[in-house]
Amino acid sequence: MLRAQAEGNKQVEVDGATVGDVMHGLVERFPGLGEQLLASDGSLNRFVNVYLNDQDIRYLQELRTPVSATDTVVILPAMAGGA
Amino acid sequence: MNKTFNELMREARAVAREVWPDEAARLAASGVRLLDVREQHEWEEGHIPGALHVARGYLEMEIESVLPDRNAPVVIYCAGGVRSLLAARELKEMGYAAPMSMAGGFQLWKSEGRPWTQPRVLTPEQKRRYSRHLLIPEVGSEGQARLLASRALFIGAGGLGSSGLLYLAAAGVGTIGVVDFDTVDLSNLQRQVIHATDRVGQKKTDSAAQSVHALNPDIDVIAYDEMLTEENVDRIIEGYDVILDGTDTFETRYTLNDAAVRVGIPVVHASVFRFEGQLTVFQPYAGPCYRCLYPAPPPPELAPGCSVAGVLGVVPGTLGLLQATEAIKVLLGIGEPLVGRLLIYDALDMSFQELQLRRDPSCPACGDGAREAAAGEAATPKATVSEAAGVQATPLVARPLGRIG
Repeated sequence: MLRAQAEGNKQVEVDGATVGDVMHGLVERFPGLGEQLLASDGSLNRFVNVYLNDQDIRYLQELRTPVSATDTVVILPAMAGGA
Repeated sequence: MNKTFNELMREARAVAREVWPDEAARLAASGVRLLDVREQHEWEEGHIPGALHVARGYLEMEIESVLPDRNAPVVIYCAGGVRSLLAARELKEMGYAAPMSMAGGFQLWKSEGRPWTQPRVLTPEQKRRYSRHLLIPEVGSEGQARLLASRALFIGAGGLGSSGLLYLAAAGVGTIGVVDFDTVDLSNLQRQVIHATDRVGQKKTDSAAQSVHALNPDIDVIAYDEMLTEENVDRIIEGYDVILDGTDTFETRYTLNDAAVRVGIPVVHASVFRFEGQLTVFQPYAGPCYRCLYPAPPPPELAPGCSVAGVLGVVPGTLGLLQATEAIKVLLGIGEPLVGRLLIYDALDMSFQELQLRRDPSCPACGDGAREAAAGEAATPKATVSEAAGVQATPLVARPLGRIG
């Protein structure tokens, strides 16, 4: 679902010092993603999980988690598909 | 020079210490291995729990792989204490430092009321059917017997359930429960390989049972022709050793999760969307639960059904089979199940990725507060022996180029 809003890309490169910067950069580039990822106040929707590499940012510093050039931010929305 | 039997026994007693059952029990409790050298049928009729078994006829051939450390002490026993003395003499000759023999043997051990156990024995037909399992050291006849005594519950006999059901039946999981209220539809047959064209219109539970029994008549299939709800979940899941989640709504997943956590049953969770799948094992309290991972569901418009989004048939097949793999590992207690790990599969680029999951201490289902409340109700974690779908969104990866400023 996200991929459709990102012009079919599974992976994109975005500048940012923190996960939050990266997320906002992403939404700026693909505004359609904003509705899926962000609440009206700009914070992450509760049902969206974000990982820095393989670690949930909830257990790091949330959106303030710093990122480096070799990091990957993974967005994993909740899903229910099963059949 | 001729040696009599008595001379051999004297020699044996000179090099190997004899111990009575009470000392053997103390040694075993302190970590010394027991070695049973009786014949296979004697072993099957009953043996000391935790003992190793090498029949005396195979002793020299197998002992080095069974007991590689020649310096480790070992207490050998047989039925009455004669064969074990002779075996101890042989081991001493092979350089084992401290082989001991249990005087009086298993007969005396039993008559003193000490604990003993009988292995679960397979029929000749089962030994043939499961022979490829029996050959694997991590499975063997104990493992196969464990599977036969295990109970696995499938929520859904659809895309995910199909391959899992077939393979757990093949593996000999003795009792398989199937929860599905639906009937077989032509559109199912693009992926739900447990059903068939001539069963369109039949209840899915009936169809699943038919396929399971055709493959393995040993399996006891328990059908639940109902939708899983808050009202029936506790009744349905009770007594199962593992649950395989093939559901398709958030609501069902939360209902299942909370109930499974309450009674301590592990859930092998999977989900699919188009070309992708996700897989993990929720082991109550040892790792996260579904709510730790997803505290809140997305609004329905962001999770359209599979009948709208579509799914490549092989994808639920693949994930279902991976679910069955994890279930078998959980039942046998082998390998590293995906507890605390989320496996993400993408069929298009054939990639597997892993994310680390953690149990949330403040989780309403399995957090510390919830756990205390459950303990207060004396619920103990259970030891294991043993379409309309929503949609899985694609993980989108954003790679930062560098720091700004």
